[in-house]
Amino acid sequence: MRYNVFSLIKNTLSGHKNWEPAWRQPEPKKEYDIVIAGGGGHGLATAYYLAKEHGLRNIAVLEKGWLGSGNIGRNTTIIRSNYMLPGNNPFYEWSMKLWENLEQDFNFNAMVSQRGVLNLCHTDAQRDAFARRGNAMRIDGVDAELLDREAVREMYPFFDYDNARFPIKGGLLQRRGGTVRHDAVAWGFARGADSRGVDIIQHCEVKGINVENGKVAGVDTNKGFIKCKKLGLATAGNSSETAKMAGMRLPMESHVLQAFVSEGLKPYIDGVVTFGAGHFYVSQSDKGGLVFGGDIDGYNSYARRGNLPMVEHVIEAGVAMIPSLARVRVLRSWGGIMDMSMDGSPIIDKTHIQGLYLNAGWCYGGFKATPASGWCFAYTIARDEPHKLNAAYRLDRFRTGHMIDEKGQGATPNLH
Amino acid sequence: MLIPCPHCGTRPVEEFTFLGDAAPTRPTTNDPSSMEAWYEYVYLRNNPRGTIDEYAHHSGGCRAWLVVQRNTETHEVYGAVTARAFASRKEAVAKGEQA
Amino acid sequence: MTSYRLDKGGLIDRESALRFTFDGALHIGRAGDTLASALMANGVRLMGRSFKYHRPRGVITAGAAEPNALVELREGGRKEANTRATMIELYDGLVAKSQNNWPSLNFDVGAINSLASSMFVAGFYYKTFMWPKSFWEKIYEPIIRRAAGLGTASKLPDPDKYEKSYAHCDVLVIGSGPTGLMAALAAARQGKRVILADEGARLGGSLLNEQEEIGGQSGFDWSQGIIAELASLPDVTLMPRTTIMGWFDGNIFGAVERVSDHLRVPDPYEPRQRYWKIHARRAVLAAGSEERPVAFGGNDIPGVMQASAMRTYANRYAVAAGRSVVVFGGNDSIYRTARDLRFHGIHVEAIVDSRKDAKADPGGVHVIRGAMVADAVGGKAVKSVHLTNGMHINCEAVAMSGGFSPIVNLACHRGKKPMWDANLLAFLPPDNGEAFTVAGSAAGKMLLSECLADGAAKGAAGGRAIEAPRCRDEAFAISPLWWVKEARAKAFIDYQNDATAMDLPLAAREGYSDVELAKRYTTTGMATDQGKLGNINAIAILAEATGRTMDEVGTTTFRPFYTPVSFGAFAGPFTGHHFQPVRKTPLHDWAEEQGAVFVETGLWMRSSWFPREAEDWLASASREVLTTRGSVGICDVSTLGKIDVQGKDAGQFLDKLYCNTFSTLAVSKARYGLMLREDGIVYDDGTTSRLAEDHYVMTTTTANAAKVMAQMEFAHQALFPDLDVTYVSVTEQWAQMAVAGPKSRATLQKLMDELVMTDETVPYMAALEVTIMHGIPARLFRLSFSGEHAYELAVPADYGSMAARAVMQAGEEFGICPYGVEALSIMRIEKGHVAGGELNGTTTAGDLGMGKMVSTKKDFIGRMMAQRPGLVDPNRQQVVGIRPVDPSHRIRAGAHLLKKDDTPSLANDQGYVTGVAWSPMLNMWVGLALFANGRARHGEVVQVWDGLRGHLVLGEICDPVHFDKENKRLHA
Repeated sequence: MRYNVFSLIKNTLSGHKNWEPAWRQPEPKKEYDIVIAGGGGHGLATAYYLAKEHGLRNIAVLEKGWLGSGNIGRNTTIIRSNYMLPGNNPFYEWSMKLWENLEQDFNFNAMVSQRGVLNLCHTDAQRDAFARRGNAMRIDGVDAELLDREAVREMYPFFDYDNARFPIKGGLLQRRGGTVRHDAVAWGFARGADSRGVDIIQHCEVKGINVENGKVAGVDTNKGFIKCKKLGLATAGNSSETAKMAGMRLPMESHVLQAFVSEGLKPYIDGVVTFGAGHFYVSQSDKGGLVFGGDIDGYNSYARRGNLPMVEHVIEAGVAMIPSLARVRVLRSWGGIMDMSMDGSPIIDKTHIQGLYLNAGWCYGGFKATPASGWCFAYTIARDEPHKLNAAYRLDRFRTGHMIDEKGQGATPNLH
Repeated sequence: MLIPCPHCGTRPVEEFTFLGDAAPTRPTTNDPSSMEAWYEYVYLRNNPRGTIDEYAHHSGGCRAWLVVQRNTETHEVYGAVTARAFASRKEAVAKGEQA
Repeated sequence: MTSYRLDKGGLIDRESALRFTFDGALHIGRAGDTLASALMANGVRLMGRSFKYHRPRGVITAGAAEPNALVELREGGRKEANTRATMIELYDGLVAKSQNNWPSLNFDVGAINSLASSMFVAGFYYKTFMWPKSFWEKIYEPIIRRAAGLGTASKLPDPDKYEKSYAHCDVLVIGSGPTGLMAALAAARQGKRVILADEGARLGGSLLNEQEEIGGQSGFDWSQGIIAELASLPDVTLMPRTTIMGWFDGNIFGAVERVSDHLRVPDPYEPRQRYWKIHARRAVLAAGSEERPVAFGGNDIPGVMQASAMRTYANRYAVAAGRSVVVFGGNDSIYRTARDLRFHGIHVEAIVDSRKDAKADPGGVHVIRGAMVADAVGGKAVKSVHLTNGMHINCEAVAMSGGFSPIVNLACHRGKKPMWDANLLAFLPPDNGEAFTVAGSAAGKMLLSECLADGAAKGAAGGRAIEAPRCRDEAFAISPLWWVKEARAKAFIDYQNDATAMDLPLAAREGYSDVELAKRYTTTGMATDQGKLGNINAIAILAEATGRTMDEVGTTTFRPFYTPVSFGAFAGPFTGHHFQPVRKTPLHDWAEEQGAVFVETGLWMRSSWFPREAEDWLASASREVLTTRGSVGICDVSTLGKIDVQGKDAGQFLDKLYCNTFSTLAVSKARYGLMLREDGIVYDDGTTSRLAEDHYVMTTTTANAAKVMAQMEFAHQALFPDLDVTYVSVTEQWAQMAVAGPKSRATLQKLMDELVMTDETVPYMAALEVTIMHGIPARLFRLSFSGEHAYELAVPADYGSMAARAVMQAGEEFGICPYGVEALSIMRIEKGHVAGGELNGTTTAGDLGMGKMVSTKKDFIGRMMAQRPGLVDPNRQQVVGIRPVDPSHRIRAGAHLLKKDDTPSLANDQGYVTGVAWSPMLNMWVGLALFANGRARHGEVVQVWDGLRGHLVLGEICDPVHFDKENKRLHA
């Protein structure tokens, strides 16, 4: 069933009793050509593009929890393509282009909203770094604008310009950046994949990876053994544990990143803004809540919940940036587990095991990458070779010294 | 979260800076054949869901580097020793294995 | 308007008269009122509009879970949106406005949404607004955003202050009802340090709201006796108006004390709120239970409320919810409601008990068993109810009770899930061990005697016990009552978000049957009350719709915060100028005297330039450079990290830290050092001097001072613990100034006590301990960042300004001037010295042109990983100089470099400009750049592409040293 205003009216008239399920609830078959471990954004997008772009059908997505229960359901919904390194920039811009046509493509309103992403700078050195970044974007046709203090003030007059410890000096603006209703992305991809024959199997946890003669043979799950020719791992947060099942150690640590939402407010802040003198970024959802976050807690964690020091740290920065926030209330905090990689960049690659593919290491930038990650991972799985967009996201780049380190922090995962 | 610093007693987590898994041991040779060992030391992590020995710097306290034993799934803290003590323990274990 | 205030009773001060306004209308309330009770007393029932359909709403609770009666409280910078009228203590002069309506609360155009509400079911957004594509952002979304949200936040700075504090106790008791009081008393009588916290304005919990009998007294009188005893004990801290909002690792509880929210403005020197982190050895949760609404048609019409809330308004606030009431429910508590209401003279039309076989004594009230309220009827107030048996009863209010949900939120904040009890029809808290127990009705104890006993037991925790007093119990029995399917009108589950009972089966039909998906699809439980009222009902409806048990459906995740917390409380005083501490160098006063303009550099304030008359920064910095290069200048370099390293193995230790060698450095000499990370990338640089065989003093960059110190501590303690070395940061103990220029020696000579400065006594890279100005100990280094004949002079911090003034005086005859970091930066770029722009965390020693410094003879941090192919690739970007081909052109930092004839693209990108300066010596802009295979390409003409700022000029790649290539001036 196509979703549109006519189907909505038709179903309203029949009392909403005849809506079809957005996806089936299938039991796993004994065998698939391709199994994707992880029914989050990246896994579902991978299945969707495998079906749509590569015409493959005999695919299962195995999700240990509910559909979209990973980081696709617990992020701060920001999309942007303001990267500067050659290994990153074209990939994220491709993601942005996919976002721009996604809803019509998968027939689901994910509320893609290009409200602008503004990064504030507070020192000359930061401004120079933004100039470098902005030019790296512009040189490849990505939109970027360098704003001075007055231009920032015009956009957001209620920020602290006069009493600030670190005065705002300007900012880098990507107008095409913005926000997307995160859960809807999972649902749109799931529905699109399901309608193309992909089995999405919830509450099915991969417990083991069966490798025979250097080749993937299948997976053990709580719903039994499932045979497959190819296995794609898209289990961000838990990638190290999943990879262990295939005897691999990965260049990453798992960390908890907290995020927050305020009570619903009438329109308060129009775009996405990041503070440059502390860990704080904020946007406002269509529902009215201020969605914000900051830095990871810093210790290794799989717990999906954090502690108060980071809450205070983030909110101090928030009120430093916007003094009137003091009177707004924080409604809820939550935590997601990040694959913090050794250079802050992800991995989309084959592995030394034939038929085993890895999609991991997204740090806290995985949401914006969802469509391109799925698209590239689908390509890599279908063709058994990386696309040029993900060619730099190799697993062995640390061995060879080809890191993609936007922040320049080196092999310290909690600093990326 | 509270960390039992061997010097300062039980202190809140905000006084500490973490630096990941303390399990990897720095290779003792610069021989070209040790490149793979160096690569593993610098980059590969067990990243366990469960018990981890993790480096923590008491940067807001005595400035000792500690190794805190914690559970990454429950955040339960089991204890902490100085990195120095941890290093000699590791060394003793390594020697024991050789012997 | 007529008064709904009862003639007698209640914990209000009838002598008081507090004036307040709601939507501009003046009302009078009493001390002890909440805004909600005061409005009700004044006959105001309509207090808000719902989120989606803009339905008229009144209070439904008398406490923290209120989803409907949210108002904008106060004005100007103190305005707070979404404030629960049920939690606002009335004060004289209170100003409140209704929200989410236009043009007024009474006539709200947005209510038109109700007409289309049959279309606006769960998830309708996801199915439409997609065509044409451009309409989403231009038309649909702006409309939706304006309609969404609830209250309007102020955009003015908040004038009030906030504080943060820690507290420690043996036992934290959360909730001060009968259970909490017994728990606190039991612990206190054992001599424990006890904190008793309650979110309410006064302690007593449900005993303030209910007619109970304990120990032969009224429940209220009994509670006041216990509270008085607790208050008299030295180790007990009573914290009313304090919400425990989260439970965290280490048994740390977050709390917010509303110090001044009951006042018009805070008293002088008092904060508005105080944020607490409470570390409790153990804690007892005695938070009570929340009464569940029943999903019948029109269950949101003003006048329909929780039965317990209606009792509370009558008993505590002496307010009638209506003159005639229908009490509806499926458990015995409804009889108590009818009794209390009648006691207060409120007419109870009927008790409607869904149970056919209910045995409770109706006490003379007409009771209708085996029937349910199908629909409440009314617009902005209830007029009547339709029952499932066809009866129709006129009434002004409906008290409803679907059952009771233990308030287990805090007990679930660390990951454990509650468990369903099919007898109690309640999710009970998980077992979290001894450190955090749950007692009383929060643990499913439904009788007062059980609560008192449980509180006493959990408070004593196996220690010396106390006896619970005798009390009167109210009988309790319950049958399931969730959703009256005979309803004709909408039956609300999540009031604020307008999620209805119909939405949940729809979500399940569409595949969103997992409780978490149903939540997200229908927005049930996502309003400001976080599902406190509606979630259990939603779970029950979902269970039925999908043929699962309550346990199989399970709850969504309980997360902090128990109730919403203001940003201000978390931020405390760390905002504005106090966001981060300010570090001032020992020479700050001196620089201020000299008219310095300061700039934030990390936490430091550094002198940036020293303008004279009307100079702008460029004119000032240029003059400072010309003066320095022409004669002599002085610059504060105290912010450089300084680390004192001593011990037998000091040299060996430095050899591990730096890629070059320090153990071979001669005493009284300095050497430039380059430090790598273990991954082979450059970490930091600076000069390190050897003052004695076993004594070095290191310098680091300003930015990395703290990180390098931590890295040293790590290297020593974790990697090389056998080295006999100690080290300490002395950054703040020494003031350091660079004195540079041809007249620097002549200037400094005047300060020296004994030293006669010559090229022999103070050769280039000398590091000497001297005394100056009649005995002040000092260190003299012959170092140069500017490229001039130059020195750095270090003196103990307290002598800093004095020494700087002396240098100024000594240099007066040479026309000395102070120079700031702008001039410093110009001179370093003229000389091609690398700094932060090039030490960016991705460059190697080779990239910086320092490959030859890297030792191949020793082990050091970063040695092995620096040899990887990617780090030694000749096509890596290397530091070069860049200058415009036309000297009148400007180049800018951040511009990218392209081959002369290439089109702009990332594939064609050759590098970028890392830093630029207007060189007053060369009369042109010069810069440094990172450029692919740059050292082999000096002389190449490139495009300096700055599309971001619309600039494109040609530049020439050159040696990084723009000025005085032969370093003649250094040795002059």
